[in-house]
Amino acid sequence: MPTLTIDGKEITVEKGTTVIQAAEKLGIQIPRYCYHPGLSIAGNCRMCMVEIEKSPKLQISCYTQAADGMVVRTTSEKVKAARQAILEFLLINHPLDCPVCDQAGECWLQIYYMEHGLYNSRFLENKVRKHYKATPIGPWVNLDSERCILCSRCVRFCNEVSKTHELAIVHRGDHSEITIFPGKELNNKYSGNVVDICPVGALTDRDFRFQCRVWYLDKRDSICPGCSRGCNIEIHYNLQRAHHAEGRRVLRLKPRYNPEVNKWWMCDEGRYGYKFIDDKSRIQMPYLREGETLVETDWKVALDKVASTLRAILATYGASSIGVVPSPQLTNEDLYLIRKLFREDLGLSHVDFRVPVKEKGYEDDFLIKADKNPNRRGAEELGLGAGDTSLSVEAMLAEAASGKLKALYVFGQDITDFFGEERISEMAVHLELLVFQGSNLNPTCRYAGVILPSATYAEKEGTFTNFEGRVQRLYKALEPLGESLPDWEIVVRLARLMGFSYPYTSAREIFKEIAATVPAFSGLNYTVIGNQGGKLATS
Amino acid sequence: MAELILTKNFGVPDSHKLEVYLRHGGYEGLKKTLEEFTPDQVIEEVKKSNLRGLGGAGFPTGTKWSFVPKESAKPKYLVVNADEGEPGTFKDRYLLEKEPHMLIEGAAIASYAVGIHKAYVYIRGEYVKQARILQGAIEEAYAHGFLGKNILGKGFDLDLVVHRGAGAYICGEETGLLESLEGKKGWPRLKPPFPALVGLFKSPTVMNNVETLCQLPHIMKRGAAWFAGLCEGAPKAGGTRIFSVSGHVNKPGIYELPLTVTLREIIYTHAGGIRGGKKLKAVIPGGSSAPVLTAEEIDVKMDFDSLMAAKTMGGSGGVIAMDQNTCMVKALYVLAKFYAHESCGQCTPCREGTGWIAKILGRLVHGDGRPGDTETLKAVADNIAGNTICPFGDGAAWPVQSFVRKFRSEFDYHAKERKCDVPRNGN
Repeated sequence: MPTLTIDGKEITVEKGTTVIQAAEKLGIQIPRYCYHPGLSIAGNCRMCMVEIEKSPKLQISCYTQAADGMVVRTTSEKVKAARQAILEFLLINHPLDCPVCDQAGECWLQIYYMEHGLYNSRFLENKVRKHYKATPIGPWVNLDSERCILCSRCVRFCNEVSKTHELAIVHRGDHSEITIFPGKELNNKYSGNVVDICPVGALTDRDFRFQCRVWYLDKRDSICPGCSRGCNIEIHYNLQRAHHAEGRRVLRLKPRYNPEVNKWWMCDEGRYGYKFIDDKSRIQMPYLREGETLVETDWKVALDKVASTLRAILATYGASSIGVVPSPQLTNEDLYLIRKLFREDLGLSHVDFRVPVKEKGYEDDFLIKADKNPNRRGAEELGLGAGDTSLSVEAMLAEAASGKLKALYVFGQDITDFFGEERISEMAVHLELLVFQGSNLNPTCRYAGVILPSATYAEKEGTFTNFEGRVQRLYKALEPLGESLPDWEIVVRLARLMGFSYPYTSAREIFKEIAATVPAFSGLNYTVIGNQGGKLATS
Repeated sequence: MAELILTKNFGVPDSHKLEVYLRHGGYEGLKKTLEEFTPDQVIEEVKKSNLRGLGGAGFPTGTKWSFVPKESAKPKYLVVNADEGEPGTFKDRYLLEKEPHMLIEGAAIASYAVGIHKAYVYIRGEYVKQARILQGAIEEAYAHGFLGKNILGKGFDLDLVVHRGAGAYICGEETGLLESLEGKKGWPRLKPPFPALVGLFKSPTVMNNVETLCQLPHIMKRGAAWFAGLCEGAPKAGGTRIFSVSGHVNKPGIYELPLTVTLREIIYTHAGGIRGGKKLKAVIPGGSSAPVLTAEEIDVKMDFDSLMAAKTMGGSGGVIAMDQNTCMVKALYVLAKFYAHESCGQCTPCREGTGWIAKILGRLVHGDGRPGDTETLKAVADNIAGNTICPFGDGAAWPVQSFVRKFRSEFDYHAKERKCDVPRNGN
């Protein structure tokens, strides 16, 4: 375990640790372009050069391994001059695109120039021109090869992480250029990651192009709801300039580093699957059905209707006449309260989230899981998928068709998708009440008598449990759209109207009770979970 | 007149043929090596001979061989660097054309010394004729037991394969060559690890220049002491080398001379002096990457250490002489265009800097100089040198630094007056 000194501070590290990594452990961020902890070492940008005692030349810290007794200086005059030199070299042929470049504000040429540059340009020549300007190389990514600083991160990503080898650097010298192999496109299910790792505006996101300047964006940590892996993400949203991007709030998702879940990456489907949050299909207030029309109403009227109808059905037909279909897309907190109200307090037996899977979803050996629900594990751990007397949803539909089930309360899922619209419409005729509670309109709503608007995952606190049993926190980024509310809060209001008074005023409080009463969750709380997650006791 | 060793039989018709080579004592060095020396003893002999790499780096050959581990789970390789690309250098071309068997014999000696059984000759793509001749010699060697299994019946096996390059100077750089030989783009590798430990196909590899290997049969036949003794008065130098002399001399060509010859002797005694009776102005002593010398500096001896002390280098032995009517700005521009064209583009300083330097010099040459151009040239070169993945960056920077330092007034004149003040004809 070598011990070395960096800028006067001593540190002992594992053998094989590079100087740049050792510096990072000391909180010293050495500037770099081509180095990325998730990729092989290229050593070509030369930006990370540092002074090492006994070495006549500066050495690149990304490649030099820490040695016992090594003395490193990262802020000496020689190092500062070298950084300026590298910046100057990178900028001489770089196009003056800042005003039209999406990377502005998060561009590492800009950032390092302000920090390490601040010199006067002395380049008087014509800049080198390249072949690709604002050119799509796939459905998600644009290439501008003039802006490229040839750090080769994208090439290494496609070779080492997605292992799809679409990109290469061709030609020689200052005519070197990133290109995509003829006949190929960049669409390997992880394409968007090259935009994250490109330090400049050479590879940019087509989806995000020209939507908003990044300095207007706020961000919040969250978890992608696209599949059961629960990649750690950041939600980037614009509230500062509401007239941009047609008023949409969430403008992009970015992966967040978690060594145990997704490392630095996320898949394209998850990355670009945020549109539903601000879509026109968002349900913004409660609705009651009158014949063919849905009439806008308020929470009081809608919940009164649900509560009174449920009470009546319970009284007339008993506890087996109501079916509840929670969703594995709801948080642990939502699901816990659904169980509490419907199973425990109302004594209903048919509470089950399991709908048949139409076809096995796509899965790979990297991040994408076949289960496209973020919290199936949570639903299972909370007992919402099994039960001796619980019917599966398939069976509930049969009971409805035969007249034994009188009410169905569906959370979020589009049951016409799983069972076919014909079957649902046949079944719905026999029901006295079909409640749909969800964030976006879907075909199931056509048969619902009451529609209640839920907040999306971006608009509430809560936790998902991923397929490995890691409980991960959502952090609320936005206020729920319109009148929508977090599902757990709707359940609390409904419960009150049905005669049950729940004390919870936050998701955090609900989770405390889960941890205290459900053995799998013992030992966890929001602080322990933090933004990197915490494992279930049983996993 | 000093003894010719490598070029002795260059004038013999069909010198490239095996029967001619044998008639002139060919393969006796290999025979003696296999009969009388252990591999370690060969390494010692070569160390004692003071033989240094004649491709450009001048690294002591025996020392380089001794870096290769004796025991290796992976096979060891010899790679012959026949990519001769340094401007002003054309000696290997003639060795390949006229003495391919000397190269084969040297390769066999080197392989025996290090425990190598597979060798590659990476020959520049432009040497079509030379590759053909070499391939013919290799086939002769296989047919007569000088290559292949059980060479000379001494139980030593060696396979030798010719691999042609495709026109990139950077594929003559040690690790650039290895990448190209492995079928990849010729982008040099980060070092360490060095090829002696991790080289071709990640295996221990020795890379030697053609001429360096050609010296080996003679060293083994006649002894290290004899070879070292050819450099009188220079105890750390040894042997001869072929100087490629070009430029404004009366007799451009190849001249094999002991390393202790002076630059003045090469130009005036051997190459016939400056043509047209003109005065010498500047000389590049060791291929274009070697810092330029003025006419006042030509009494330097041409061994590696003396040239390093004179703040230049032995390099590839390419001597380029420039007379009084040479515009140094234009001469540097020609070199700068070469480096800009040949930069592989992998690392920032060289990729962007070589192009920038060529553009500035282009303006200076074409009457579009600006104040500050000379300072910028120097600053850019200073920012490339020492900051790159491979020595190409240094090779591109040193000419700029030395030309500007030694002929500053010409550059300043071009920048300020936007024209050239060097007379073109005999003034």
